[in-house]
Amino acid sequence: MTHPALTERPEKRTRAGAGPRPGLPRAADRRRRRLRGLATIALFLLPALVLYGLLVLAPIAIAAYTSLFRWNGLGGWPEDFIGFDNFTRLFASDVFHGDLRNGLIIVALSLGIQLPLALGLALLLNQRMRGRAVYRLLFFAPYVLSEVITGVLFSLILSPEAGLANQILRAVGLEELERAWLADPSTVLPALFLVMTWKYFGFYMILFLAGRQGIPRELGEAAAIDGATAWKQFRYVTLPLLGPTVRIAAFLSVIGTIQLFDLVWVLTGGGPDHASETMAVTMFQFGFKRTQIGYASAISVVMFILSMIFALAYLRFVMRRDTRGAVTTMGDHR
Amino acid sequence: MSLRRQGVAILAASVLLLGGCGSGSDNSPDAGASAGGGKVTIDWWHIGTTEPNKTIYEGWVKAYQAKNPNVTIKVTALENDAFKSKMATVTTAASAPDIFTTWGGGVLKQQLDAGIVKDLGDAKAIADFTPAALAAYQIDGKTYGVPIDVGMVGFWYNKKLFEKAGITEPPATWSAFLETVRKLKAAGVTPIALAGKEKWPGHYYWTYLAMRVGGLDLLKQAATTHDFSGPDFVAAGQRLKELVDLQPFQKGFLNAGYSTPDGQAASVGGGKAAMELMGQWAPAVQKDAGGGIGEDLGFFPFPAVDGGKGAATEALGGGNGFAVSADAPAEAVDFLKFITQVDNQKQFVESGAGLPAVNGAEEAIKDANLKNVSGTLAGATGFQLYLDQAYPPAVGQEINDSVAGLIAGSKTPEQVTAAITETAKAEG
Repeated sequence: MTHPALTERPEKRTRAGAGPRPGLPRAADRRRRRLRGLATIALFLLPALVLYGLLVLAPIAIAAYTSLFRWNGLGGWPEDFIGFDNFTRLFASDVFHGDLRNGLIIVALSLGIQLPLALGLALLLNQRMRGRAVYRLLFFAPYVLSEVITGVLFSLILSPEAGLANQILRAVGLEELERAWLADPSTVLPALFLVMTWKYFGFYMILFLAGRQGIPRELGEAAAIDGATAWKQFRYVTLPLLGPTVRIAAFLSVIGTIQLFDLVWVLTGGGPDHASETMAVTMFQFGFKRTQIGYASAISVVMFILSMIFALAYLRFVMRRDTRGAVTTMGDHR
Repeated sequence: MSLRRQGVAILAASVLLLGGCGSGSDNSPDAGASAGGGKVTIDWWHIGTTEPNKTIYEGWVKAYQAKNPNVTIKVTALENDAFKSKMATVTTAASAPDIFTTWGGGVLKQQLDAGIVKDLGDAKAIADFTPAALAAYQIDGKTYGVPIDVGMVGFWYNKKLFEKAGITEPPATWSAFLETVRKLKAAGVTPIALAGKEKWPGHYYWTYLAMRVGGLDLLKQAATTHDFSGPDFVAAGQRLKELVDLQPFQKGFLNAGYSTPDGQAASVGGGKAAMELMGQWAPAVQKDAGGGIGEDLGFFPFPAVDGGKGAATEALGGGNGFAVSADAPAEAVDFLKFITQVDNQKQFVESGAGLPAVNGAEEAIKDANLKNVSGTLAGATGFQLYLDQAYPPAVGQEINDSVAGLIAGSKTPEQVTAAITETAKAEG
């Protein structure tokens, strides 16, 4: 930094501090300054903006556009404009109602069982114990596997005749609990949820573990000295301080469920008889198997809007406190 | 579904591969259709990217060029899906390669409407095709493509398990078939293996029953009227429901795959289930997925339905073929004539690439069951192309999906026909 700059700044401050002294040259100077600042920002943002526009915004816009047509995806742009017919057809479709129902069930199970389980394990693994690192690694390992490998693995385990699950039940004399798991419409969703939990609880566990370690030990100790039981320590000290982590975990869980595809596709293909189908699976079916790209686009638009509404509402009403400090405004800090 | 079948066919072909292909065939000097001595280049697009087709096609090109020095054949071998998307592009641009792979049916019709395929005139002048093989490439009585191979769907059954249940001969009627299923169940045998997860194997039942109940014209008419709600289609669903109500399928069939280690083919190939309804590639996949049952494997055509309009000699199937573009040189047709000669077809069949599409080549088939299939096809009185090729993809998928619902017990026969009709009408 040069000396003129150093001397200039305090000088400017005192001037500004001396109160408003309107004058054309000053205003023009300020405007030029601001323009230059904006130009610099634009220059640095441009590459990212171009990529974002081409790879994210443009496809969204194109999907929204094609969702208004009957189109098989071949030969140039769609031409057969049908307005919102794809959407009326979608909202009347039993399969789509099933998708929404399945999504809600999975969200409820995730929030009600999967996250508490991960939280419990995280707290447990935060205790001093022998082999703690090994347990952490072990519980996190399933998350590292790809969805497809997980799917293939569990379709073998849950196979009705030769599958490991039923063989174990047979070996311990619990034959009456044997099921066709993935092949039975009444057990497929719980079975799917079981696989999802196996796959993802490690991820949430690590999240909670990280959050838990950010809580100073002194707080717990202070509560203990005041006579708080372990439960009360958890309920009134640990859990409230884990709030931001819990909220972001729930957020990720719901968004992930709206987009759930690969695991379902490999495990069941959405079957039997649509019993485990999700919106993304239905979209794939119509887009790539039936070549009804217009209709598939309508499904993707609905998924997008649902995700967006949820994300905005969640940020606005649930995570308001968590994000408040994170938002920066250029004006205040320059 | 067709993708799946394609994969299966390729798999079957490679498993069947018996050995290297024979030496270049010495064909008789034909009454050349070549247009004088001028240099001609023919573009040939095919999907023979795997053995044995690859070697055989290369050999044909070399042999033909040696005999016709003025002709150069430029080959573009594409993988199945790449070929389909590339063909879709050239169809909209109305510029096709001189010779290209086709499976006939709805897609060939689209290409004809786009003005890119040539009327090949009298098919008999090209080769002595079996009627069943040629049917898929004929539209309104005119021939727009020639078959290179052909196959069909039928019941593959385990003779030992039939014996065990006291069944002496394969059923010829639907009621006898249901009786067979009952007997097998009573003997403690799983009567039928079905890949419920993949849906397309299940739709064969419905399609065949519609053919047997209403005859081939029923399916042909539905292609133009888009109406699948007639009483014969409903009756087909009701007949299928009779079968489903007997609970003939293996445990957990609703999530079973076709060629997976615990799937449909493995159940039959491992001797656990007595039957499956599948195409000519079934023995190869059974062997691959479940070990195979060798001599115990038998084949019988889909039984007739009592009082139905269709005969048991009408077959559901399909195969690979070639079409010629509207502006192709005369040599293109001459090349098709060359590759469908009996000698070349024998070489093709011997390699295990497929079942013959011309009369006289069937003696090259070594496997007894495939001979049986080929004989059934040669004697077929009618031929229905796979519905996903005969109809637009959306309609084919809806048939698969709705029939899967019927088999799972969530859809009535009437709901099946209503859903298919709705999709067919929407596709127009």
